[in-house]
Amino acid sequence: MNAPILSLRNVNKSFGPIDVLHDINIEVRAGEVLCLLGDNGAGKSTLIKLMSGVHQPSGGTIEMDGSPVRFDTPRSASEKGIATVHQFGGTFPLMSIGRSFFVGVEPTKGWGPFRIYDRKRANEIAVKAVRDFGITRIEDGDRLVGGLSGGERQSLAIARAVHFGARVLILDEPTAALGVKQATHVLRIVNEAKRRGLAVIFITHQVMHAMAVGDHFAVLIRGAIAADFRKGEKTREEITDLMAGGASMATLEAEIEGYMASHDGHPPQAAHS
Amino acid sequence: MTTKTATLATGAVPSAPASRGIPFAALLRRPEAGAFLGLVAVLVFFTVFGGVAFLKPGGMASWLNVAANLGIIAIPVGLLMIAGELDISVGAMVPFGAMTVAVISGHYGLSIWLGIAVALSFGVIVGLINGIMVIRTAVPSLIVTLGSLFAVQGIVLGLTVLITKSTSVALATEGPAKALFGDFVLGGQLQVMVIWWLIATAAYVFFVHFSRFGNWIFAMGGDKVSARNAGIPTDRMTILLFVLSSTSAAFVGLCQAMLYNSAQVAGGQSFIFNSIISVVVGGVLLTGGFGSIVGIFFGTITFAIVNQGIYYTDFDRNWSALIIGVLLLVAVLMNNTFRKMALSYSPKKK
Repeated sequence: MNAPILSLRNVNKSFGPIDVLHDINIEVRAGEVLCLLGDNGAGKSTLIKLMSGVHQPSGGTIEMDGSPVRFDTPRSASEKGIATVHQFGGTFPLMSIGRSFFVGVEPTKGWGPFRIYDRKRANEIAVKAVRDFGITRIEDGDRLVGGLSGGERQSLAIARAVHFGARVLILDEPTAALGVKQATHVLRIVNEAKRRGLAVIFITHQVMHAMAVGDHFAVLIRGAIAADFRKGEKTREEITDLMAGGASMATLEAEIEGYMASHDGHPPQAAHS
Repeated sequence: MTTKTATLATGAVPSAPASRGIPFAALLRRPEAGAFLGLVAVLVFFTVFGGVAFLKPGGMASWLNVAANLGIIAIPVGLLMIAGELDISVGAMVPFGAMTVAVISGHYGLSIWLGIAVALSFGVIVGLINGIMVIRTAVPSLIVTLGSLFAVQGIVLGLTVLITKSTSVALATEGPAKALFGDFVLGGQLQVMVIWWLIATAAYVFFVHFSRFGNWIFAMGGDKVSARNAGIPTDRMTILLFVLSSTSAAFVGLCQAMLYNSAQVAGGQSFIFNSIISVVVGGVLLTGGFGSIVGIFFGTITFAIVNQGIYYTDFDRNWSALIIGVLLLVAVLMNNTFRKMALSYSPKKK
């Protein structure tokens, strides 16, 4: 087994008096998908922000290739090869595919003060990068990003990250807003990224999607890693239970059963007005 | 949002993007499509009702002058709008620029060049203050520049009355400064401002649509956080754009003072709405991320034609505001339609 590219060691984060993350230990290797599961408010977003340089940990260390690193800005994280793709692709709906692909690193041609943006080359590279990921419906780099489907936008963002040399790909709920078919699309892209040797951190609360691509799973509950296991070690039901807080879910079920037993088998009704 | 396309069976490699659809449809998808059609419409309208007089040199000069003064301000205001910001303080910067040059070079009789330099540097300073406040406080730029609009108006009125005991200051200039900034050219009807406007427009077209900086402005308007994460110096760009708009407004003010040989403390407020109307008619999306310089250019001319063309018709001039209002609404609806067309465009859908 190869050494982890990115690892978090006993990382804590608090905002003032509020502790958000406690003693987080996770690591991800090249060609591996780490699924980070957790309910809303479990601290997933904060954890992503630590890894992508938006926030800095209050304690503990982040290591890349075994040596401690510090990401002061999102820029410094991305320079070290960490790319974050957000739920809606983090792209610009009213820009063309070529232009949004190269935002901030536009290819230019010409000389001196008359260097101009090389639209043709940008479009060619962008379209090729996306098509290499299997999105063959994208053929014209002048199309606006907003005209693409949700899955295509995600794919464009992932292809962009890979093109610019990302080694660690953080996907923040990439399938949350997508239909079944589009989600499958994105999952296939995740597999392709993994095949190319990227380390992928896949954040989701959809267990099905996680199980489809994940090699390694970590469940986050109230800011702590509640479970950490590898593929095949737990069933879907067990993971769902874990995410919902395990014990508390069982208590709720018992309560409902108790209620039904004392009310002739009727489940609790919503209050009528 | 799913694009229903029959592309599943096409194994076509995008070797030749030559099949870009019919040129006309491609033109309609451009941000300036609505502005261009609007321009054609008002041209036809006023030629029918006002005769060709308004297309003759004298008539053209009347609306080109209006368009030039407005256009120099409208383009940077439009750039700010593309970047997701708004600057209404230009309404106070025009009299500020005019009064500064009139007080320094007229009231005190100092060199006209000193007056121009000070007026422009006030433009830079107010732009810096606007930009820095917007970045640091994260208060919407409408509110920040509303504040600076009133603050600058107050400064202009207060200082002018304090210094000159009057609200109107005379300014007599001659020589190269007058010829460069405040004179008429080509037979004495066209303001030299028209030439400045054309040069500025050409420079902006290059800057926005051909250099890479233009891409940054669109990205900022599309999604500021993503743009910053992509390494674009969004703060510096925002400040630069605010400096550009308030300095442009000060420039228009000082040129007007030199042209009319006097400056008033009031006036200039019309530039606030007129520039926004020109920009929106020109196809810029109010919430940012979409638009074009050529569109703003067309929008400005359209506005100026409506503004001046009414004098060439038999209509009472009071109706011109109605036409502008209707024009604005029609243009916005048209631009929305064209933007949707651009969004849903996919090359296989013919």
